[in-house]
Order: sequence, then C-alpha cells, then structure tokens
Amino acid sequence: MDWLQSLGRTGLILFERLGRGHLFLLRVFGGMSDTLLRPSLLIAQMYSIGVLSFTIIAISGLNVGMVLGLQMYNTLVDFGAEDSLGQVVALSLVRELGPVVAALLFAGRAGSALTAEIGLMKATEQLSGMEMMAVDPIKRVVAPRFLAGMLSMPLLAAIFSAVGILGGFFVGVGLLGVDSGAFWSQMQANVDLREDIVNGVIKSFVFGFVATWIAVYEGYDTVPTTEGVSRSTTRTVVHSAFAILALDFVLTALMFGGI
Amino acid sequence: MINRRSIEVAVGLFIAAGLAALFMLAMKVSNISAFTEGNGYQLSARFENIGGLKVRSPVTMGGVRIGRVAAIEFDQNAYQAVVTLRINPQYDRIPKDSSASIYTSGLLGEQYVGLEPGADDTYMRDQDSISLTQSALVMERLISKFLFNQTVKENGGS
Repeated sequence: MDWLQSLGRTGLILFERLGRGHLFLLRVFGGMSDTLLRPSLLIAQMYSIGVLSFTIIAISGLNVGMVLGLQMYNTLVDFGAEDSLGQVVALSLVRELGPVVAALLFAGRAGSALTAEIGLMKATEQLSGMEMMAVDPIKRVVAPRFLAGMLSMPLLAAIFSAVGILGGFFVGVGLLGVDSGAFWSQMQANVDLREDIVNGVIKSFVFGFVATWIAVYEGYDTVPTTEGVSRSTTRTVVHSAFAILALDFVLTALMFGGI
Repeated sequence: MINRRSIEVAVGLFIAAGLAALFMLAMKVSNISAFTEGNGYQLSARFENIGGLKVRSPVTMGGVRIGRVAAIEFDQNAYQAVVTLRINPQYDRIPKDSSASIYTSGLLGEQYVGLEPGADDTYMRDQDSISLTQSALVMERLISKFLFNQTVKENGGS
C-alpha cells in the first residue's frame, strides 16, 4: 500500500511540475513581445549566454574535430578510403556532434548559470520586489533570457561544427597528409544543404529551446533557499542532458532514419 | 561592469561569427547546388540489376556530375528496375541514343549512373527514357562465372 501511495505521489508531482512548466512557457511566450520592444535587455542576455559560452564551444569543437579526424583516419586508412575523411568528419559534426555536444555544453555553461541567477533572484525576493513595483518578472527577467538562449544555441552549434571541421582539416590534411582537394570535394559531394545542414540547425534550435526552457523554469520554480537553488541548478543540468539526448534520438529517427 | 558599448560590440561579433559559421557550412561544406536541382528535367532508364545504386547517387557524363538519381522503382511486369534520373537543366543536349550504365567508383566506392553520349542529332527531353542500358556488375556473379569457367577448362583438359 505504502509503495503504491509513494508511486502515485511521485506521478502526481511529476505531472504537476510538467503542467506548471507548460503554463510557465505560455506566460513566457506572452511576455516575448515586450522583450522585442526592448532589445537592450536581449542584448545583455545574449552577451552572458551566448558570447561567454563562445570560448568553451569553440575550444571543444576544435578538439572534437581533431580527435574525430585522427580516429577516423586510422580506420579509413585500412580500407584505403582516407580521402573520404572530410565527408565523415563533416557529416558526424553537422548531423550529430555539433548540435548535441554544443547543447550539452550549453546546458552546463549557460543553463546552470540561468537557473542559479533566477533562483537567487527568487531567494533574495528580487522577483517579488519587482511584482510589488508592478513589473512583471516574467517579462523583465525570464523572457529576455529565454529568447537569448533560443537564439544563441543554433549559432553556437554552427560555430562548433565549423570549428570542428577546421580541426579535422588541420589534423587530416596538415598532419596526416590527406589530399586537401579530396577532403573538401568528398565533403561537398556528400553533405547536403537541406538534408544535413538545415536538419542540424533545426536540431540545435530544438535543443536550445528545451535546454533554456528547463533552465529558466527550474530557476523560477525553485524552492527559495540556498539548498533549493543548488538542487535546481543540478536538476537543470541533469534534466537538460536527458531531454537533449532523448530528443536527439527522436529527431534523428524522424530526419535521417527510415523508422 | 563592462560598458554598454563593448557588450553590444561583443554580441555583434558573436552573431557575426555564428552567421559566418552557418555560411561556411552552407557554402564550403555542403553542395549548394542542391537548390537548383529541383527544377531539372527527368529521364528514366530500365536496368536488369542496379546493384547498390541508391536515390541521390550521382549521374555523370564524361566523369562530370550532371544530375542525381531521383527515384528507384521496381516494375513488376517487366521484372526490371526503373531508375528516374534528374538532370540539371543546363545539360539539355544529351543525344537520344545515349546509353546508361551503372559503374562503381573505385573498388569499394559508391555506385553511380554513367551516361555515354550517342551520335543522334535529336536530344533527350523531359520524361524521355534511355533504351540502351547496362546493368551493374555484381561481384558475386563475376566470381562465380570465373570459377565456373575454370572448372570447365580443367575438366575439358583432363
């Protein structure tokens, strides 16, 4: 009996949180128009979410591309197919690694910061202070952050992929001696603009949407204590990672797999 | 606190870098010609066996890619594969009696349709079909034929 009760309670809490999350999302969409009228708020958030994530994204992209070039070369050279290194590196970065790894880094770097910031605003009663002054915290605080996260993520993923391809080029052509012309021509012959690149951008847009949504919601919905904020921050990273990886499978199956 | 101007400059740089990355992916990494391929014209060809040919495999003439395979279907009445080729619109002077063959690039490479120009004065138009075709070489068949010939030779010699 106790077991059933606790299962039921967990389920109810889960659905309650999901429902509140969606209602919250609707309110954020409602506040979006006011954000567009005040671009200075958006630019400040683009700075702290996008620009400050640039370094980790670029460095990770470079390393992932270089490792990919090295590992793939070792396998491909067995088949005498090292000319298709460019194709392999570009496809895996543009389709999968770019959007997914950039989104995971984004959730860790920017998502956790968003949750902690909004959560502390709530814990120190800045949000209720705004309400007292008839300022809607959703419009003033949440909506700009949400929009900035959603816009930054595709740009970051594109930077990740582009820098990664350059890293693969550096290792493959510069160090391992793959022919430069074959590297680019094989890539161009097999990467499709609509099928691969646009789908990758759509993926990164969805991941940015979900990761930012989880981050701002966890912050806004936090238990306003020190412990509550720390828990929400952890939950942001964990839930974002789950959501990103699960959605990645769904999106990949819809876009590339004939399931 | 950094002043407002430098924040705006940094955001501007960030957006420019992101757009530049997208632009590089579109122009340098992918085949931008994908957009223009939609309005080419279609030819069809019947093959006994298409081997490993796939939709979007290249169609070449003289080694230059002039289009892609748009669709592959199986004709149940003739027991043949019907391959629809989409040719880029600027290549509109393919002679009527051209032949199509399925080749493999390299030993393990992908398969593609190679067109050999004929000598006819009239040219292929939309929805025309190529009558002279040569199927893909299937490695197993070649090997079995070769082995079969060897045994016949040995038996005949003894």
